Amino acid sequence: MSERARLGLFLGAATGMAVLLAWGMAGLPAFGAFHGAYALLIDHVVVAQRHATDAVTAVNFDYRGLDTLGEEFILFTSVVGLAVLLREQRSERERPPARAGEEHRFQGASCALRTLTLLLVGPLVVLALYVDSHGALTPGGGFQGGVLGAAALLLVFLGGGYLTMRRLSPHRLVELAEAGGAAGYGMIGVGGIVFAGAFLKNFLGYGTAGELISAGTIPLLSMAVAAEVSGAFVLLWSEFLDQALIVRRG
Amino acid sequence: MRELQAALFALLALGGLAVVLTRDPLRQALVVGVYGLLLALLFFALQAPDVALSQIVVCTVAVPVMILLALAKIHGGEHDEEDRKSSPEGEPR
Repeated sequence: MSERARLGLFLGAATGMAVLLAWGMAGLPAFGAFHGAYALLIDHVVVAQRHATDAVTAVNFDYRGLDTLGEEFILFTSVVGLAVLLREQRSERERPPARAGEEHRFQGASCALRTLTLLLVGPLVVLALYVDSHGALTPGGGFQGGVLGAAALLLVFLGGGYLTMRRLSPHRLVELAEAGGAAGYGMIGVGGIVFAGAFLKNFLGYGTAGELISAGTIPLLSMAVAAEVSGAFVLLWSEFLDQALIVRRG
Repeated sequence: MRELQAALFALLALGGLAVVLTRDPLRQALVVGVYGLLLALLFFALQAPDVALSQIVVCTVAVPVMILLALAKIHGGEHDEEDRKSSPEGEPR
């Protein structure tokens, strides 16, 4: 195709795109205006119905708990797929450490960086557990807390070394957390069928709104998601770290 | 509040441009982390703290780490090739 024809094609397509975009933008509601009835309704009834003070978590783990189940299995299958893709190939082998007993260390980690990361590991674990457990009360929940917990292990890698991180999170334990979290979510859902007559329906007492143990199955589902997400992210990073630090083409 | 939101929208437009205009992938990984943090601030200003929390951890920790590790693997692979070329027998070590 000649340059002229390409330019003509681009100009035609760009004009059409600009017209459609302007047309679409002109029909948008005003900034901040919202016409959905569902969110307003949930806002009004959530504390009375579910005894959860964070409406978003109540929607995620109760009203639309089935959607979260789907999302969880999307993460699960994609991480399993990645682990299969990045497994050690026949033509690859492990890179031996340069000196005996030496760790595959993060190159260029200064003393200050190592001290700072080690100081941050503890608070980050506490924050992760707090966000996990207070999902029904304050913003946060299983997903956010789970990624925070996995990030704490990543700090161990930055501050200590890769093998220290692997010792703290053995492969089997990580896989168990991922699979157990995913299965646990499904099992709590099945518990809904057994005890309350519908999949993922709450079958526990709601308790007092605002207390740590309240909102029925929401905290349990949140913890299951936390285990699954932590496991998934640690597995993801371990596979990438294996590839970057240890495996070499033989 | 409206002013804060408008300022963040403008900053995000600039940030997106900065990500695209950074050509070195290593720097790009860091710039995209900063962009993600700005996006989290916008979600916070729009009163969506749940989404902001997810955004902070995913876009400033998880994604840059994966990009950096992928880059490390690519560069490590190049070193392997160099090793093979420089070893006297031409055999992989």
